[in-house]
Amino acid sequence: MRILRYGARAALVDFDRIEEVLGLQAAIDGEPPDGLVELVPAARTILLRYDPDRTSFERLCDTVRQYSFTETDRSGGSEVAVPVTYDGEDLAHVAAETGFSEREVIARHTAGAYTVAFCGFAPGFGYLTGLDPALRLPRRRTPRTRVPAGSVAIADEYTAIYPNESPGGWQLLGHTSLAVWDVDRDPPQLLAPGTRVRFHEV
Amino acid sequence: MKFEVLAPGPQTTVQDLGRPGLAALGVGRAGAADRASLRLANRLVGNPESHAALEVTFGGLRVRFSEDTWVAVTGAVCVVRGGRSPGLGVPILVRAGEDFSLDAPSQGLRNYVAMRGGIEVTPVLGSRSTDTLAKLGPPALTPGMTVPLGRGTLPFPAADLAPQCAFPDELVLHVTPGPRWDWFVTGTLAQLASAPFQVTSDVSRVGVRLAGPTLVRANDAELPPEAAVPGALQVPPAGDPILFLADHPVTGGYPVVAVVDEPDVDLAAQARPGQHVRFVLRNQKPGA
Repeated sequence: MRILRYGARAALVDFDRIEEVLGLQAAIDGEPPDGLVELVPAARTILLRYDPDRTSFERLCDTVRQYSFTETDRSGGSEVAVPVTYDGEDLAHVAAETGFSEREVIARHTAGAYTVAFCGFAPGFGYLTGLDPALRLPRRRTPRTRVPAGSVAIADEYTAIYPNESPGGWQLLGHTSLAVWDVDRDPPQLLAPGTRVRFHEV
Repeated sequence: MKFEVLAPGPQTTVQDLGRPGLAALGVGRAGAADRASLRLANRLVGNPESHAALEVTFGGLRVRFSEDTWVAVTGAVCVVRGGRSPGLGVPILVRAGEDFSLDAPSQGLRNYVAMRGGIEVTPVLGSRSTDTLAKLGPPALTPGMTVPLGRGTLPFPAADLAPQCAFPDELVLHVTPGPRWDWFVTGTLAQLASAPFQVTSDVSRVGVRLAGPTLVRANDAELPPEAAVPGALQVPPAGDPILFLADHPVTGGYPVVAVVDEPDVDLAAQARPGQHVRFVLRNQKPGA
């Protein structure tokens, strides 16, 4: 764990593995340090925005170093079951690239126990860790200009559900009717960081 | 109470102080690009500082009010037309049915037009601001649109003029080291602070692309996406920094070499294409 300055009112905690990010995030959520304004997890880092009138970079560092946490502490998260129709445009391509049959790709995707590590790219777009390493593929060389809302996709070490229609370069496995993001709902997101997710075929 | 949009200019959006605290859900703060100017415009008409107002990019706005309305314009230096004794930094009484307009600014880029009572479009996630990147909040103004206003609740301020400083020809922005300053060759922070950069034509609410001395990476590793803040100077592989403004992406994949102090981000939001920017490094040891 390294703690880096991020300007005058933020610190960036830098890890080697995403499991450590999830662990520290759960620990901080349980007992936030004085003066913490916002916590933003990402792939290998956690941004800690703080109020410089209430704490300092040095004090925040001292507090953060004292947390004891286990990697991938899943105790706090709720669980969401996501029904998926596996009819994605890239399912055949994923099968060909991984050497599995389409059925085997689906079986491996539904077998995974996933955790929302962080959000980004678009409101409610959660990066889910826990993907079977045998399904790891790079993003498409040319992103699609239009990916429909509800698309269930994979890229690198992550799987995700597109909350809204948007451009996108991930490999599309299928789609879900579950609205993972609805600004008129409170809360709007289904997939906040720390949420556990399971996919099942319909 | 409401007003009709006769012309929106190049880009006019509704902005307040944004949606803080939702970055972990992939929702940025957005809100006014120049927050100090929004706050001042609101105070001049007796609004809470957080009320929604118009952010007008490079003038060209023309509106007509349904009733007599108190209005204040702050930010860029521009000619204001309509109402009694129109000008910058003063409350202006605009009569019902009268045209009220802003010319293109001679200095600065963005104006804030607050109306007493505030703009009362439906909030999204607690804010009436338009996030142009995340596509949240009300749409940008278009001709013929009708925009609702609230009723003033606070007393008028005792002051009826708030003088504004002129915009300097060369913007001076204070920076502190970013988290990835050491991904660049030795002396990059000093280099950043030594030579002026020029604002390119690539300027939006997301950020300002700068041209100047190329910032050279010492570490060519791929950076996994990490959270960004307004004022972050992100450096893509070509070496020209992008200064993030209000609608910056919540996470970015390029190293951030330095961060512009929050109050100076307001000034950065007034940077015009072609203008020079000079960075001054705050005396603070980088890293920990």
